[in-house]
Amino acid sequence: MNLLIGATTIGLILALLAFGVYLSFRIFSFPDITTDGSITLGAAVTAALLVHNFAPWEATLAGFFAGMLAGSITGILHTKFKINELLSGILVMTALYSINLHVMGKSNVPLMNHVTLASQAESLFALLFGGTGDLFILGWPVSARDASALLGVALIVCLLGTSLFLFFRTNLGTAMRAAGDNAQMIRALGVSVDFVLILGLAISNGLIALAGSLLAQYQGFADVQMGVGMIVWGLASVIIGEALVGGGGIGILIIGAVMGSVLFRLLVAIALRWGLNPNDLKLITALFVFIALIAPAAIRKLKSTTASNSSAHA
Amino acid sequence: MLEISQIRKTFHPDTPNEVRALRGVTITLEKGTFLIIIGTNGSGKSTLLNAVAGTFLVDEGTITLGGHPITSWAEHQRAKLIGRVFQNPFSGTAPNMTIAENLALATRRGQRRGFGWALNRSMMGELQDRVRTLNMGLEQRLENPIGSLSGGQRQALTLLMASWLKPELLLLDEHTAALDPKSADQVIRLTHDIIERDHLTTLMVTHSMQQAVNLGDRIVMMHRGEVLHDLFGSERARVRPEELLQRFDEVRRRERLDPAVAEMLRKNYI
Repeated sequence: MNLLIGATTIGLILALLAFGVYLSFRIFSFPDITTDGSITLGAAVTAALLVHNFAPWEATLAGFFAGMLAGSITGILHTKFKINELLSGILVMTALYSINLHVMGKSNVPLMNHVTLASQAESLFALLFGGTGDLFILGWPVSARDASALLGVALIVCLLGTSLFLFFRTNLGTAMRAAGDNAQMIRALGVSVDFVLILGLAISNGLIALAGSLLAQYQGFADVQMGVGMIVWGLASVIIGEALVGGGGIGILIIGAVMGSVLFRLLVAIALRWGLNPNDLKLITALFVFIALIAPAAIRKLKSTTASNSSAHA
Repeated sequence: MLEISQIRKTFHPDTPNEVRALRGVTITLEKGTFLIIIGTNGSGKSTLLNAVAGTFLVDEGTITLGGHPITSWAEHQRAKLIGRVFQNPFSGTAPNMTIAENLALATRRGQRRGFGWALNRSMMGELQDRVRTLNMGLEQRLENPIGSLSGGQRQALTLLMASWLKPELLLLDEHTAALDPKSADQVIRLTHDIIERDHLTTLMVTHSMQQAVNLGDRIVMMHRGEVLHDLFGSERARVRPEELLQRFDEVRRRERLDPAVAEMLRKNYI
């Protein structure tokens, strides 16, 4: 039970990563590798500030804004300096590795003995429901720490998912979606595609950094390696989410991203429990995304060949 | 109103692919004029339109629109003054967004876009009313993605979007060339109605001599990046499609002649 709750919590935290990847990859078709650096950046900035006794909300917000800054730099490299999309992301990601080390001062910062959003949620939970003893859900004991973290994260994801959905329905948000859908059209309607792309990448990486910030506070440490392969993780979540909800409007897809992220994390937790070598995790994630990316075209091809075969026989 | 003065544009300069697309084009357009541009392939007619729209910046010359010196303005800045319909029906609309969302984007052409709702109930009513004037039954389908519509329907909507906020200048770039004849007729009729109703200053590029003669009140014929003929007033009133075709033939004949003459001169004098 604790395993499932832990996996669900991390899945929900990484839903913010999925939101970010959805924004860059699905709205703008921009494969933004900044992700790997900005998720660590969020964790690093938050950890560094927590160690210096800043309030958790301040440290978290600072992580978010640091991510926005990283995303806008990628956007500026691509739009103003005409650097290829992937390369812009790679440059910022690489630079962030050093920056993250500088921010943290070392490669791993433990947060166990500091006040974090997780510890605050736990105290709040104790205040509301009395005591910090184990709860019993369906007869299983659940620690107050796990339950409060899950509730808190679920609340944040709901809030941000709704905000994102509402943003996409504003004048600015629809212009952003249109810029990803047909840049020529929205330019002819007076929107600077460069500006909305930079803004989009800023929001995307802000959300991703927030995921890193929350992850560090939940796990109790920030590590300079924690971002490796996170873009693929985000892609996997988005793709699973789309498969689960079967496409549709923006709102449905945002809910799908949350579901995809949680489901993927649960599958991984179960696989690890069954003895999957953790070292193989990234390999399997990459293979999974590879298959998910080529499957739609392969299925279509298969269908059309069977269709043409049957018509040839007829 | 629109003053295009001595504009030049060379693509890929100093390479084997160098194309001198515009070689000193000057056109002055009075407010409310509907100008048709015709020309052979590669004559620079679409390039001229793109130069005005700001797809690229010109090498030399100036463009002034409604008193604004727009020569160095970016494309999205010029959009404040200009409505556009492209040749490709897919270019003017965002396929994965609904008809309503596309129209809502057009209602703010060139304006600030903030955190106000893109769509609301009262706006839906107005969208419906305006779409109904197209007589295509699309007012019932405002929530459908625009990608599900035919080329003709999309082009009609693009035209509606381009003229939603009355633009200082309407640019039509062979906007019926990719449509079947019936849809093309429909879109041309709509074009005519909208321009008449709003007295829009318009630049339209076309391949069709019939359209050139039936629409508009001035015809410019381009060739090799220059204005070859400029028909207006009584000359424009008398012109017939056959005559325009004849002028094209003349151009082609001269083209054929040129290399031969050059060869002869070379032989005789060098």
